[in-house]
Amino acid sequence: MTDTNARQLAAEVIRISGADPKKCMKCGKCTATCPAFEEMDYHPHQFVDLVDKGQVEKLMNAKGIWTCLSCFACLERCPRMVEPARLIEAVRVAVIRQQGMNHLKPQDIPELLDENLPQQAITSAFRKYAK
Amino acid sequence: MQRIGVFVCWCGTNIAATVDVEAVAEALSHEPGVVYSTNYQYMCSQAGQDMIRDAIREYQLGGIVICSCSPRMHETTFRKTAERAGLNPYMVEIANIREQCSWIHKDKATGTEKAIILGRAAIAKVHLNAPLIAGESPVTKRALVIGGGIAGIQTALDIADAGFPVDIVEKKPTIGGKMAQIDKTFPTLDCAACILTPKMVDAAQNENIRILSYSEVESVKGFVGNFHVTIRRKARYVKEDVCTGCGLCTEKCPQKKVPNEFNLGLDNRRAIYIPFAQAVPKVATIDPGYCTMLKTGKCGVCAKVCTAGAIDYKQQDTFLEEEYGAIVVATGFNPIKLDRYEEYAYAQSPDVVTSLEFERLMNAAGPTGGTLLRPSDGQHPHTLVFVQCVGSRETRDCGKPYCSKICCMYTAKHAMLCREKYPDTEVYVFYIDVRTPGKNFDEFYRRAVEEYGVHYIKGMVGKVIPEGGKLKVQAADLLSNEQLHIDADMVILAAAIEPDESARSLATMLTASMDTNDFFTEAHPKLRPVESPTAGIFLSGVCQGPKDIPETVAQAGAAASKVIGLLVKDKLTCNPCVAEADELMCNGCSSCEKVCPYGAITYQDKEFRGPNRTTLLRRVAQVNPAVCQGCGACTVACPSGAMDLKGFSTSQIMAEVDAICK
Repeated sequence: MTDTNARQLAAEVIRISGADPKKCMKCGKCTATCPAFEEMDYHPHQFVDLVDKGQVEKLMNAKGIWTCLSCFACLERCPRMVEPARLIEAVRVAVIRQQGMNHLKPQDIPELLDENLPQQAITSAFRKYAK
Repeated sequence: MQRIGVFVCWCGTNIAATVDVEAVAEALSHEPGVVYSTNYQYMCSQAGQDMIRDAIREYQLGGIVICSCSPRMHETTFRKTAERAGLNPYMVEIANIREQCSWIHKDKATGTEKAIILGRAAIAKVHLNAPLIAGESPVTKRALVIGGGIAGIQTALDIADAGFPVDIVEKKPTIGGKMAQIDKTFPTLDCAACILTPKMVDAAQNENIRILSYSEVESVKGFVGNFHVTIRRKARYVKEDVCTGCGLCTEKCPQKKVPNEFNLGLDNRRAIYIPFAQAVPKVATIDPGYCTMLKTGKCGVCAKVCTAGAIDYKQQDTFLEEEYGAIVVATGFNPIKLDRYEEYAYAQSPDVVTSLEFERLMNAAGPTGGTLLRPSDGQHPHTLVFVQCVGSRETRDCGKPYCSKICCMYTAKHAMLCREKYPDTEVYVFYIDVRTPGKNFDEFYRRAVEEYGVHYIKGMVGKVIPEGGKLKVQAADLLSNEQLHIDADMVILAAAIEPDESARSLATMLTASMDTNDFFTEAHPKLRPVESPTAGIFLSGVCQGPKDIPETVAQAGAAASKVIGLLVKDKLTCNPCVAEADELMCNGCSSCEKVCPYGAITYQDKEFRGPNRTTLLRRVAQVNPAVCQGCGACTVACPSGAMDLKGFSTSQIMAEVDAICK
């Protein structure tokens, strides 16, 4: 990824999240309070730092975005209202919205259908994964 | 028509970079009445002022317009220049083409156009200026210091040493403030009481100082040199001049369960109490909220045991009316309340304490006699965790956005003292940044790390959970990218500090300005740090911003020197730009009297000649020019247009508006 693309991606993550990593004073209270710390390869304070540095790609490949519990403890206790949980959520969204990263083919769907699954969820999943 | 001179200042590149000063001077030279127009690099310099003086003489100028920085900066300078050249100083007008023009515009064409308009408005105004003569007012040679902490004590001592009488008003029963509660002082580790209490005694014994303890300022009227202050002397139910301070009553009082505020509620006192052994004045006070006699009329033990006969259950609040020339605000600070930090379990566990509480727990005169014991079970703690920046540098609404400045140093002190007295303890300090800008401060902090083996960890504590007699601390170590779990015996929180809650109402009484955090604003952040923008009001100590003891003492001395500079004057020059009522237009409605914040307007019945040789008695407004501060509120309130402000008359302001809109 070129530097410009990386910057654009970081700007997009910041836009989606509504959080501002520039407000961070690097106190680490988010990581201190995180209950999923052991399960995460990148920790909440690193998410803020890497988004700020424009290195979102590292985070998109991180296990940590899927092990974050979204408990919002970091967001609740951050003294600077940086809201790391929102940034993590935005990175997840960035991964999901990637072009050409199909996880599901239309022909596979009938087999997977569960009659208890709402129709809307199927449509939504198809839209998300089949771009 | 006045003969007007225009002087356009470049202010180096401050103005000249965004405003074409040549073009401004040229354009303004064509305005009506302008006989001379020029520009120069620095009008405020000696050469610039000489240029103005020479032009006034050579061109017989009757009014001058300086296009320069804000009048707050150099209006006085240029008025003096005019006076030296024989021109009335109130024939000078400033067009602010720096703060209101060059600094806020990027485009030179726009900046130049606006500068010309501002200059034109000032020219229109100066045409209507009239020479004004400043009056004089006397100075009451006595000062009032509000707050009896180290800031107030030092200010009072310095003013008294110069020979002026000073009153200290302190709301608590004793002077001494926060410093009296502190155990040791950084970076020298000398005992706070050992250096403070002699000063308290000095203040009590100084014949120029009167200590009004257990008292509060009720109202302030008047102006610089002539403040009229009402002080409420709260009933302490003990005759201050009779009580010997023997303390027998404080031992015999049967009401034993009163939280002792001096020890921050860590132990109890009686309903009649002397806050601490070295209190000044050393006089007992009855707490009306707890005294059985005052509440039910049944007890009277203290009166029975008092050999001096000092107890007076019928005492009432009294009011003292005093005149002062200057007032010093020294209202100090308090640690913020930590109720909203549930993650640190401050409300759940008595072993989670604030740093000020920790001072009392380490102090020989404190609730544990100076032995560090856990408040919950009285056991000796082995693992101590200090958390810095609790509420400081925090943009959430439960915190404060500023750095409290003193916490890094007192935490290093606490950590060091723990390790020195109890080498079997493990001491952790969680920090975001360690800020030690002060003489011998960084060396002090490094000693805590290098010689005393305090574990400094870059990171924050995320949560504290009281469990099984321990405090389970979960924290981040950012340098090793780890999450730490420590079983602590005590957690000490460095709570942010905030101005005392009395500061805001006091600021309203004094018409002194405050910032959004309720710290008093100084007249100039760099050049006038101990004066309030309101004349005659001075600032000392933390009421102006967070600071440590050496800085507070230095500021206290500076405030005192400013007060002395004011009190040595016999007369003060008044501002001649005051309100004046046109008696023929005034209808006596009292609107102006009601809005005047200074009480400068009174009404008088005056005889006027009516038609057919009759005499009419009419009620008209009169402004006391010594009291009026020229705020202009009355001119707006006056329904008949009788009230006008000299130097800022309605016609002058309308002329400016017309010139701008032309």
